[in-house]
Order: sequence, then structure tokens, then C-alpha cells
Amino acid sequence: MSERPAIVTEGLKKAFGRVRAVDGVDLSVAPGSVFGLLGPNGAGTTTTVRILTTLLRPDGGRAEVMGHDVVRDADRLRASIGLAGQYAAVDETLTGRENLDLVGRLYHLDRAEARRRAEEVLERFGLAQAADRIVKTYSGGMRRRLDLGASLVGRPDVLFLDEPTTGLDPRSRLGLWELIRELVRGGTTLLLSTQYLDEADVLCDRIAVIDVGKIIAEGTADQLKGRVGGEVLEFRVPDRDRFADACAVAVALELGAPNMDKETGKVSVPVGERGSTAIIRAVRELDSAGIHVEDLALRRPTLDDVFLALTGHEAEVALEEAVANGKRGRRGRRER
Amino acid sequence: MSVRTATATVSTRREGLRWVVADAMALTRRNLIRYVRIPTLLVFSTIQPVMFVLLFRYVFGGAIQVPGVNYVDFLMPGIFVQTAAFGSTQTGIGLAEDLSKGLIDRFRSLPMSRSAVLAGRTISDSVRNLFVVLLMLGVGYLVGFRFHAGIVPAVTGVLLAVGFGTAFSWISAWIGLSIRDVESTQAAGFLWIFPFTFASSAFVPVESMPGWLQAFANNQPVTATVNALRALTLGGPTAGHVLEAMAWIGGILLVFVPLSVRRYRSIA
Repeated sequence: MSERPAIVTEGLKKAFGRVRAVDGVDLSVAPGSVFGLLGPNGAGTTTTVRILTTLLRPDGGRAEVMGHDVVRDADRLRASIGLAGQYAAVDETLTGRENLDLVGRLYHLDRAEARRRAEEVLERFGLAQAADRIVKTYSGGMRRRLDLGASLVGRPDVLFLDEPTTGLDPRSRLGLWELIRELVRGGTTLLLSTQYLDEADVLCDRIAVIDVGKIIAEGTADQLKGRVGGEVLEFRVPDRDRFADACAVAVALELGAPNMDKETGKVSVPVGERGSTAIIRAVRELDSAGIHVEDLALRRPTLDDVFLALTGHEAEVALEEAVANGKRGRRGRRER
Repeated sequence: MSVRTATATVSTRREGLRWVVADAMALTRRNLIRYVRIPTLLVFSTIQPVMFVLLFRYVFGGAIQVPGVNYVDFLMPGIFVQTAAFGSTQTGIGLAEDLSKGLIDRFRSLPMSRSAVLAGRTISDSVRNLFVVLLMLGVGYLVGFRFHAGIVPAVTGVLLAVGFGTAFSWISAWIGLSIRDVESTQAAGFLWIFPFTFASSAFVPVESMPGWLQAFANNQPVTATVNALRALTLGGPTAGHVLEAMAWIGGILLVFVPLSVRRYRSIA
């Protein structure tokens, strides 16, 4: 394995009108590793992927994939990458096999080789049975698998997956994760953008957290979780009418900024090293306020907590508003 | 002009051109398979022109006087060109569809020729246009239309109609890539096609229109192409008309091929 990173960006910038979608991003991705770009909708992850795959020209800075510059060397770069985007970019009126065959031809493989690779991908992705069916008859999960398969037909050195599981049901998601993990065992470098923290946690060797076009943290999942510092106190309020009161108690503990989700009734507070006193105080306060809670516990932080701690997005929102909006905006509409 | 690095070939102009053709053919095939898979698509794109033939032949035809010519012989060249013009709106719609489904993103991330997506689309739409124009020719024969000038002018006429459709396909491509939304492109298609086809010599003699409209009708590509087709089917002097039509076709291509390719390259 060479020393040269598979992907490098320096001061990468892209603006749409006044919106600075990517605002000085520096990345270095080691060959054969899985790198996650984690950020909420609109953070700039998709824009970064689009620049690296030559779909967008950067306004400033530079970026290279396998030593090819995204602007000057775009043709060569395209020959060494594969891309699967947020949509299953496959032709519905062609069969699965025809779709893969077409992509193979467009990678400029000869007829026999394109056919062989299509066969290989169909086999590997469990689509052999459905190979000669029109894609219109495929389920959502099958389409994504075909889409992912299409991005591998060219045997790319670097694979880009832009929110690969957005819109999939949980079972298809797990299936796709398994496939992706198997893929990278073969040594492919993978850059993955996602707004799902569990996805980054499960798949990525290193993660860059992006917010408003800038990298705000980078490291392994464990390193990032360490940034929260210590443990998280969590409980659930079954009676939604008392949810606001429970949140007020969480705030009054004056520990970390609480994360409140009215939909699930869950409240979580980073408590640092003061876990045991926090749990006692919380029980006492909640009890004296007459609020019944369930599943009260101390746990290790998840990337969800990391994100909150790093961005502080919801911490700044006034309590009432946070309660009213629930988690809106964190997992809302997709970035365009 | 892209060549796979693995093959370690230096990209030369000739090789680049070879790939443009190969890629365009691959995509043409892909676009045409659609009509084999969904035959109703083709059925519906032929019903409309048939309706127009029947409408003008039997409903309006009796009221339209064209001195010295059977109305059906006057009408059918107009129908051929109208069919090609309406068919060309599909180019923009097809591209807008590919855009919205993320297929264009995939194509743009592949080491394929940059102009092949547009070339493949306009070629497949021209093939479909050829098919529909030939079908209209059959329908025309059933309702009394005849070629009066022989086989070579007849073939030239069909090719001219299809060539005209190709030119309009590139306008449609530019519109589809600019608007990007399928439904809006569909609506816009009729907006720009309608004045060209109806304020032309396709269905009525231009002399019957008010003066200000004649000024437009006499100086636009549909009239030029219809007049050339009429000369080729009815007989009489043809060279001037055919050259004028070809000049329009060439001019449109000269403007809209580069415009569309540029638009395609800069899609965000």
C-alpha cells in the first residue's frame, strides 16, 4: 500500500450564491480505509462528495483522488472512481443485467468483460435471480444494491457513497451495511457521507464531522465519543404532558446541555464524571416534581451525543422551542 | 476524450472520437430499449399525429382552399414536419427525467465522453421520429396522399423531416437541461413548439394569414422545411427550398449543440 493518501483536499471551497456550502475543508484519506463525512442536512457533505467525483467544480482550494486533480485531471480521475448517490441511479426500463452492462460499456470495457463483470456483480449482490427482470419490478433495497453494484463495475480504486441508506427500511439498511463492509475488506478505499451517526459508527475507520461547510472534529468513533467526556444520563417520559416539566428538571441539573426528543419522550444529559450524583439528583428532582419516568440509566455516549456536544445546535435553542420542534432539522430533508 | 488509465493509452483525438461514437451508441440503444419494453409509449406518440391527419383531412380540410393542389397532398408534408417537431419535445423531457433520477450524475461521474449522453438521446429520438414519420406516410396513403415527384425526392423528403426533428431535438435538449423539471419541460415543450408549427405553412397557405403573422411564418424553420417537403412531394423546383431548409437545420445545430453541451457540462 502506498504512502500517498487516496483522497486529499486542501482548503476546498464551494459556494452557491451566498451560501458557503463547503468552506475550507481539509481531508486526507488513507488508501484502503473507510472515511465518513458526517453532517446534518445542508452541512456540505454531499457537496464535498460531488466535488470529489467531478460533478461540481470547486471555487477554491484543491482536491485530488488517487493523485488526479478534480479539475485538471478529471477524465483520469473518473476512470478510477465509482459513485453511488442518494438516489438509486438506475434505469427502470432496463433489466438489472442491462443496467450493469451499460455502465461497463461506459467504463470502456469490451463487450465480453462488461458482461462478465455484470454477472459477477449480480452474483455478489444477490441479484442473480432477478438479473433479467426490469428494474421497475425491483424493491427499494434491490435498486440500491443494483446502484451500489453499478458503482463497482469499473473496479474503482476509490468508492464514493453519498448517503447510501437514506430512505431504506431498517432491514435493507443492515443488508447494505454488510455488503459495504465486505467490499472494503477487499481493499477499496471508501468515502461515505451520511447523516446517520450509527451508520458512521458501524462502517467508518475515521470520521470527519462537518457542520456549515467546515470540519469541526475528526477522529475515530471512539475518539469522538471521548470528546463528550464521561457518561450520559438518559430517561424516558411516558406521559407527554409532563415532558416539558421533565425537560425543565434536566436543565435545572446544570450539567451538560440536555437533548430532548418529544417524539420518543427521551431526555439525555451529558454528565461527565459526576454520573452517580447526577442520577441521584435527577431521581430526587423528578420525584419531587411528581414526574414518572422510565428507563432511567447512565450510558456511554453515542455519536448522537457527540454531534450535539460539538455543534451545540440544540443547546442554544430555547427550551420551549426545543420541546415544540422535537428533533426537527437534525434529520430533516436531504441536502440538495 | 477519456481513456481508462489502466489501459495506459494516451488519449488521442481519433481515439476520443471513437469513444464518443461508442458511448453515444450504447446510450442510443439504452433509450430505444425503452420503446421495446413499453410499446404503449410508441402507440401514444403515434396516435396524436394520426388524429391530426384525420382532423385536417376530414374536419378542417373541406374549409381550407389551396389553389391548384389537392388539400391532402398539401397537408401531409406539413404533418410529417409537425410529427418530427412534436417528437423532438421528448428529447428535453427524457433528459429532465434522467436528471431527476440521478442518472445524469452517474453518467457524469463515468470516464465516458461528455457529449455522448446528449448525442445518444438526440439520435434515439431521431430514430423514433423516423419510425413515426414512416407510419404517417402509411396513414397518408390511406387517406389519399400520393408522391408526385418520384422515389428519390420522396426519400430526401423523409430524411429532411427527420433531420429537422434532430435539429429541434437539440433545442429541446437545451430547454430540458435548463428547466430540469420533467413536468415543466413537458409544458414548456408545447409552448415553444406550437407557434412554430401552427404559424407556419404546415396546414394553411401563409398568404391566408394577416400580414404581421406572415412576416413570422415566412421566416422560420418549420415553414422552410414544409415548403421543401412540398416541393419534393408535389414536384416543381426544389433546390432553393431544400437548401433553405438545410440552412435552418444547420444553423440550429450550430447554435444549440454547443449550447446544450455547455449546459450539460455545467450542471450543478
